[in-house]
Amino acid sequence: MQWEIVIGLEVHAQLSTNSKIFCGASTAFGAEPNTQADAVSLALPGVLPVLNKGAVERAIKFGLATGAHIAPRSVFARKNYFYPDLPKGYQISQFDLPVVGQGALTIQVEPLSGNAKPYEKVVRITRAHLEEDAGKSLHADFHGMTGIDLNRAGTPLLEIVSEPDMRSAAEAVAYAKALHTLVRWIGICDGNMQEGSFRCDVNVSVRKPGGELGTRREIKNLNSFKFMQQAIDYEVQWQIDTIENGGKVQQATILFDPDSGETRMMRSKEDAHDYRYFPDPDLLPLDISAQWIDEVRATLPELPHDKQSRYVNDLGLSAYDASVLTSSREMADFFDSTRMHLDTENDIDNPKLCANWIIGEVAAQLNRDELDITQCPIKAYRLSELLAYVAKGRISNSGAKEVFRTMWTEGGDADSIIVKKALEQISDIGAIEKIVDEIIAANADKVAEYRSGKDKLFGFFVGLAMKASKGKANPAQLNDILKQKLAG
Amino acid sequence: MSLSTQDVEKVARLARLAMTAPEIETARAQLSGIFDLIAEMQAVNTAGIEPMSHAQDLSQRLREDVVTETNQREAFQAIAPQVEAGLYLVPKVIE
Repeated sequence: MQWEIVIGLEVHAQLSTNSKIFCGASTAFGAEPNTQADAVSLALPGVLPVLNKGAVERAIKFGLATGAHIAPRSVFARKNYFYPDLPKGYQISQFDLPVVGQGALTIQVEPLSGNAKPYEKVVRITRAHLEEDAGKSLHADFHGMTGIDLNRAGTPLLEIVSEPDMRSAAEAVAYAKALHTLVRWIGICDGNMQEGSFRCDVNVSVRKPGGELGTRREIKNLNSFKFMQQAIDYEVQWQIDTIENGGKVQQATILFDPDSGETRMMRSKEDAHDYRYFPDPDLLPLDISAQWIDEVRATLPELPHDKQSRYVNDLGLSAYDASVLTSSREMADFFDSTRMHLDTENDIDNPKLCANWIIGEVAAQLNRDELDITQCPIKAYRLSELLAYVAKGRISNSGAKEVFRTMWTEGGDADSIIVKKALEQISDIGAIEKIVDEIIAANADKVAEYRSGKDKLFGFFVGLAMKASKGKANPAQLNDILKQKLAG
Repeated sequence: MSLSTQDVEKVARLARLAMTAPEIETARAQLSGIFDLIAEMQAVNTAGIEPMSHAQDLSQRLREDVVTETNQREAFQAIAPQVEAGLYLVPKVIE
């Protein structure tokens, strides 16, 4: 039987503020336990929450970046449950009046099956709301007790809820990645998944195509895209098997175990929490003026999807190149800077050359050295100098790669390295002609064979000529001259 | 509206309150009284009136995003029942 997969995501993005959402304690990661847990984080009696302007500003930014409605008035609510890492006994969140309303995100999907083509899809975002994070429970053995670290308690989160618009694991991963790129791009979240700054909950159900929605199970706290993919694949198969074997899927919260590659039940609906939301009397409604929204809008950079379209339509790059170059704002900045220098300093308008080198050599070398683009040892303008020499034919592509490696490991500029290593291409027609003449004279038999129709020998002559020039002959010129001379 | 004993037991469980049978009965009567009051209020025609989320008609004041708190762990942990390695210790919780 054919089954349709239905997926929706809830993403918790930790907002990159200096201080917590309702108090002035630091949010820095990795501090000694409880050194950033002040009276408010500890919920000591008598304390009151005071909302952080920086957290609201970041929520507005996100709303604007996804074309969403920013609520002029939103309300904080208490979500009540008992757990030791939540000392107040409730989490301050937003319920029926969230700060960010319905928006959308355009994603590029790379299907996993071999022949399918990449495609674009719009995923609707239901809402995004502000809330505080809980602390951490450490279950390592403390004489049979649990250790509680409340440094994280009160860290601002933006919970971003999508519509169940995704129809495959590939689409879910593409959406999560696009969201991950966006929050870093607009500078509201550092996106560090190992440190838990970007956590995904995935709601999965299956149904007969076009039929009623099936019962969903929620996979909690996925902190890598690879695990998300594996968890969804496993869960979908489990649900299909369950139904086809005559069983029924029960609504539940489940966890993914990366070691076994399986999902397992965390809690069933029977003991699902009854959160008893109500407006928090300690906090007044949050008013956001049109003027404030305009001020925040003025700080937004060109968004990844807009940049991608511009790269394709105005610069003539492929959709793939455009999506790689906009995988982070820093990457796009590096590309733009290289391209601009090449254009303004050398009058060479060649975005494709820049894209090929950045996606090829630069990305590969960064990968090998485990660096990100901001740590690239070659500055964009230095790379543009090298590319200018490639474009002008001063050096061959392979010579340029050698220069690039030297620049990477030893620094310096392309010009002096080319001179020092004598990598200059021979573009002097006289010099190339001389080499070709010598080869023709020394290989009279092969020349005769070539002239009698054995075209394949052309490569043989190119090889000899390249060898004679120590690889420095300008290939295009060499080809022309060889063809001409061999023709007799 | 009259609440059942089960309703009260459920709310008590969610609030982690241990209640005796007579306490449950008292709470049931009192809570039912509150719900009667709510029912009376529900009867008022509120069409076109925006729901109020706070008793005061003010808006939230915001603070600048600045770290103002210093580490006072020692002072806070002096009154905690049990601490170790900077952590507050609580009875073991397993999800």
